[in-house]
Amino acid sequence: MRAVTLSAEDDFEGWRDAARALAQAQVAPSEIVWRVGEGGGDLFAAEPMALPTAATTTLKVPRDFLQLAQTVVLHSDPQRFALLYTLLATDPHRIEDRADPLVRRVELMAKAVRRDIHKMRAFVRFRELVDDSGPRYIAWFEPEHHIVRANARFFVERFASMRWSILTPEVSIHWDGKTLSEGPPATRGDAPADDPVEAVWKTYYASIFNPARLKTGAMLKEMPRKYWKNMPETALVKALVAGARARETAMVETARSAVGGNVEGAWTALRDEAAACTRCPLYKPATQTVFGEGPLDADMMLVGEQPGDQEDLAGCAFVGPAGQMLDKALDEAGIDRARVYLTNAVKHFKFEPRGKRRIHAKPDAGEITACRWWYEQELALVRPKLVVALGATAAWQITGKAATISKLRGQQLALPEGGTGWVTVHPSYLLRLPDAEAAAQAYRDFVADLRAARALVG
Amino acid sequence: MAQLDTRAKLAILADAAKYDASCASSGTTKRTSKDGKGLGSTTGMGICHAYAPDGRCISLLKILLTNSCIFDCHYCINRKSSNVRRARFTPAEVVDLTLNFYRRNYIEGLFLSSGIIRSSNYTMEQMVEVARSLREDHHFRGYIHLKTIPDADPELIHQAGLHADRVSINVELPTVAGLTRLAPEKSAPRIEGAMLEMRTAIEDGADARKRYRSAPRFAPGGQSTQMIVGADAATDGDIIGRAAGLYGRFGLRRVYYSAFSPIPDASAVLPLQRPPLMREHRLYQSDWLMRFYEFRPDEVAQAADPATGMLPLDIDPKLAWALRFRDRFPVDVNRAPREALLRVPGLGTKAVASILAARKWRRLRLEDVARLTVSLAKIRPFIVTADWRPVALTDKADLRAWIAPKKEQLELFAA
Repeated sequence: MRAVTLSAEDDFEGWRDAARALAQAQVAPSEIVWRVGEGGGDLFAAEPMALPTAATTTLKVPRDFLQLAQTVVLHSDPQRFALLYTLLATDPHRIEDRADPLVRRVELMAKAVRRDIHKMRAFVRFRELVDDSGPRYIAWFEPEHHIVRANARFFVERFASMRWSILTPEVSIHWDGKTLSEGPPATRGDAPADDPVEAVWKTYYASIFNPARLKTGAMLKEMPRKYWKNMPETALVKALVAGARARETAMVETARSAVGGNVEGAWTALRDEAAACTRCPLYKPATQTVFGEGPLDADMMLVGEQPGDQEDLAGCAFVGPAGQMLDKALDEAGIDRARVYLTNAVKHFKFEPRGKRRIHAKPDAGEITACRWWYEQELALVRPKLVVALGATAAWQITGKAATISKLRGQQLALPEGGTGWVTVHPSYLLRLPDAEAAAQAYRDFVADLRAARALVG
Repeated sequence: MAQLDTRAKLAILADAAKYDASCASSGTTKRTSKDGKGLGSTTGMGICHAYAPDGRCISLLKILLTNSCIFDCHYCINRKSSNVRRARFTPAEVVDLTLNFYRRNYIEGLFLSSGIIRSSNYTMEQMVEVARSLREDHHFRGYIHLKTIPDADPELIHQAGLHADRVSINVELPTVAGLTRLAPEKSAPRIEGAMLEMRTAIEDGADARKRYRSAPRFAPGGQSTQMIVGADAATDGDIIGRAAGLYGRFGLRRVYYSAFSPIPDASAVLPLQRPPLMREHRLYQSDWLMRFYEFRPDEVAQAADPATGMLPLDIDPKLAWALRFRDRFPVDVNRAPREALLRVPGLGTKAVASILAARKWRRLRLEDVARLTVSLAKIRPFIVTADWRPVALTDKADLRAWIAPKKEQLELFAA
């Protein structure tokens, strides 16, 4: 057994010189005990070793290995010196192979050290102390690894014109504006207890936080709790998180109650934006977007399937044969069409050309979903007491999921955006029934559904 | 209006700035204050000095010079018609605040933006004065990001570029129709015109530096922009296309996305429902694919649902792409070129580099790959190793359900 004693926990040069000599003398890793400082001692360690002097072989070490070693030496793991020596003694080039378990282990140590160095640069908090020769800035910091000396240059280059000290449990470093000096280990009490600017900083921290986007997991990942005790702003986190939900709810509530002022302008702008919609491919063959219409303070919103051939040409909803059927039924149900907001689940005409005619085609799930955005905007502006879906496509749009008319018909539905929904057939269904008696019955049911809808609105 | 002290103003003007997504302090040249005259340094890397509970990095003092504004953009808390409390910093106050924070190591520098008061030129002059004073009066060597105003005089924009590390102009919304609806006083051609001028100025500056060492630096951190997601009708496909166009035409360093978030005293024009935060995250991932994974914009757009144009929320776009193009897999980690490895869901750029280096030393087995990546389970169906070949796994119809992360699906309903 040979023992090597290094002068300090971060004594890279000491390790490098000893390791080079030992490797050249081809001493096996298991033959060496690495120690730091005077104290301690290994039970099995024999005499402190005299390093082999004469180089028996030349040792070529890649630069990447030296850089890795320089970092890993700063790790707190006592085995770091031995692990690095094993790499060196076998083949330092093997660090290229990160699938090698030993390389992997050493790389993870290097990563932990680099992270600690980075976090120290980020989380050191200076407090100002004014003495006879002006201000001094003093920080108390507790790093996880032996990084303080290695990190000193960063602070010198950044704060060269200031006088500062960084105190840690292992060592303290001081900069007087010209030279860097080292002092003994310090305690928290050696640093100033407060700084008036901290209150201003806390104000900033609280104000820059957006309560509508709470993501504490992401915060904790990058700012682990172990650093919190030396960062004044973290004292606010608990209260900010607790208050976030309430603040967001309040914002949404205010927004809801504020609607009313410029609804007309908002709706016009929305309609104009919809005219240029390309959210799904249906805009290509269609003539134009057919947006909803009607009073924006309507109690009832009627949602059809999609514009038909005539609506596509006219740019208005429900002007074709189905629209005439709807008018008649609304009239019989005692509903004033002029007091209803009329729109469609899908706002472009979907068709298949058949000779010179354009035959209606059913919108698919993608098209319904793509068009939901516009429906949601209309709903937010009109905020009707009742949304009546005409047909399966409309029922899908207002409930957000596919279902059959027969399942939903005749019941009040709770809509995902809030409010009540009501489902009946589409008037074009009535036009397609070949049997006159069945058509008459279906029409009576349709009117009954609309009458019930009117009763729900009150 | 009663006079407010600095701290009260800071509360208002930081609150007003929090809707800007960027806080980056990276990508600029290296500087120090070793000469003992100035204050600060930049390492090129950027440092996050704290994290707010919204998970966002606090790197810069991000504030507005004033939140008064003559514009009435509906998505903006500072718009003319908003009831929000107003405040205004003097340039000297911002300079003091920046230096005081910097000396205590709270920040990397300043990100200054502003509402528009009196005129675009007047506002820009005030902002430039802050940057000038920091650089010339105090020899501040930290990071400065200035938001520039599209309509301001080109000479002022030039001054901004001389003092700032990064400059930015927000395109605000992904579609022109959306901009017309939500920011009626802003003009898409003017915004893009200003970005083009900025690109030219940045490139001229870099060019001059190559020829004359004494030539002044001009915005060495480049320019960036931001767009709001979920306030207009743009689909993810539209947004990816727009971002790609912006990167290409204006040489942008970054395009930031900001999921529209509820604001106090919102305008009725805005959608009340905010988009899921996950949507913003997926867009950032798609941005990553273009910037680091050699995906072309049209390839990223292929990850979106062809009918709705939206990226899936439950899985990331790289996985979505792989599930759509299963014939490109499995990829043999012992033979495949870098481009093919970069397509494997779950393999990051570092893991790919490690695989390529390790291949010179060994034929990789599954356990070797496990040491190079975060999650082997996710990539297994897509790779071939010396001891592993997915048996028809990439043809399984339920592959998506099998690898889609279970807990992340909750995010869908969290919004």
